[in-house]
Amino acid sequence: MSIKKRRLRRKLMIIITPIILILATFHGLIYGPIPITLSEVILVFLQTGDSVHEKIIIDVRLPRILIGIFVGICLAASGAILQGVMKNPLADPGIIGVSSGAGLAAVITMVLLPQYSYLLPFTAFLGALLTSLLIYLLAWGQETSPVKIVLAGVAINALLGAIMNGIMVVYSDRVQSVLPWLSGGLTGRGWHHLEFMAPYAAISILLAFLAIRPANLLLLGDDNAKLLGQKVELQRFLLIALASLLAGVAVSVAGLVGFVGLVVPHFVRIIIGDDYAFLLPLSMISGAILVVLADTIARTAFDPIELPVGILLACLGAPFFLMLLRKRRMF
Amino acid sequence: MNAIQTDEITLKVENFQLANISLSIPSRKTTSIVGPNGSGKSTLLKIISRLITANNGSVYVLNKNSRLYKSKEFAQIITMLPQSKDTLPNLTIKELISFGRSPHKSFLASRFTKEDEMIIEEAMEMTNTTKHKDRLFFSLSGGEQQKARIAMALAQKTNILLLDEPTTYLDIAHQLEVMELLTYIKAHYDLTIIMVLHDLQQAAFYSDYMIAVKKGEIVEKGSPKNLLTTSFLREVYEIDAKILFEDGYPLIIPNTRRK
Repeated sequence: MSIKKRRLRRKLMIIITPIILILATFHGLIYGPIPITLSEVILVFLQTGDSVHEKIIIDVRLPRILIGIFVGICLAASGAILQGVMKNPLADPGIIGVSSGAGLAAVITMVLLPQYSYLLPFTAFLGALLTSLLIYLLAWGQETSPVKIVLAGVAINALLGAIMNGIMVVYSDRVQSVLPWLSGGLTGRGWHHLEFMAPYAAISILLAFLAIRPANLLLLGDDNAKLLGQKVELQRFLLIALASLLAGVAVSVAGLVGFVGLVVPHFVRIIIGDDYAFLLPLSMISGAILVVLADTIARTAFDPIELPVGILLACLGAPFFLMLLRKRRMF
Repeated sequence: MNAIQTDEITLKVENFQLANISLSIPSRKTTSIVGPNGSGKSTLLKIISRLITANNGSVYVLNKNSRLYKSKEFAQIITMLPQSKDTLPNLTIKELISFGRSPHKSFLASRFTKEDEMIIEEAMEMTNTTKHKDRLFFSLSGGEQQKARIAMALAQKTNILLLDEPTTYLDIAHQLEVMELLTYIKAHYDLTIIMVLHDLQQAAFYSDYMIAVKKGEIVEKGSPKNLLTTSFLREVYEIDAKILFEDGYPLIIPNTRRK
């Protein structure tokens, strides 16, 4: 890719992705079991709309879309940071076990401590952080290699998955309420979910912007980064903690939604290159687009049955990712 | 005055060890570290640059124990061009060179000032890479890539520059270009340059001081003229050769069976 082509692509992405996100938002507001036209949507926003339409749009579809936007931003940012920090295209909150950590914490809360289920987003976030700490302890020794981290992630994923399955078998009578959350989706998510998630999401997204410079420096390789005066191990740990925070926020509200953190930054990286000053914000917007669009499709395609968006994303994401892998060199 | 002083450094790694390395490297001179493959030359550089920590002993950089420097402070006085160019991302030359300013930037004030910009421009001019500033790193030839990496180190504005085999993988024209460039910037900025070199002739010609390492130990040190002798070649490299000086440039002529 020549430098001119790259500059042009960056400019185009900066202009086009926000427009697509706005279009995806309106697309989501319009489509649903009860179709509402664009002009009716606008009337609702001008507070002169039909009261039934207002209820559907303001109470049901709008918060769900906003949550989708946050979930997409958080997952894509988490994946983008993890891929760079671990120099591994397979790094993703789902793959290194951070999402499973959040998931297990959530399952424990819902199944074993249902009286505390109002703390669910918080415990999921704690689970993600504890898992990243565990990965840190397992994978960091004299020398930390990206391969070690991914292997530690594989082991942790297996262990956490086993514990989660164990809990669900032993307490099979209480699992019903957990299943829809586990399959990953935005079904039934409303304003109170958004209210809980928004502060965490806002803080972690702001922190993500502070990650741009350290993440770029780590791309130069550990030795070069150290020679440039960077505390590489510390920075890598902080970046991984940040990625877990982002993933934890998303998992706490939407359950295990995979592939956004994997596919989106990959896709954006191919178009605009490795520089995090562009990669991170553009991945965030693209992640939001993907989740909002996928959720709209998931809840309308098989009407009256709502598909969890996680299932749809896995079906779309897995083949897409395999295709990317065939086309592109690994790091 | 010494730029670097090491005091009884030891490092054990599986089947290799550096044993009690004590040496002084003069300030504002060019020093070459030579020796057979696997003798511990690169390891020594990495210990000095803090990429590796020795098991025992201390390194003094500008008369201060290197452990006592803060990361950024250390990177403002000493840097290194590692041998591998393995993982550099595909950046433009200017973007890459700009990273050299990182040790001088704090986390919250990371914006480039006019001074930073000027230093980056100057680094590109000194290394003759200005014309490539918007080209992507991987589109350049090996020699040009090496000059860009030197420019990045220059932008770091350190007193001491370590280079690990800066001419390996380059053709002879680019080798000479890199050596001439290093001579030029050394004189211009009054730098201390310490490099690991494989080409003994280049090492002897371009350095003020030479250190020979063999099997993890310092076997010889001194000025190139005194050091580069027939007995030195026999002792360190186990080869038979005579040495001639032609216009001050050393020539190593091996004694071979082919006549």
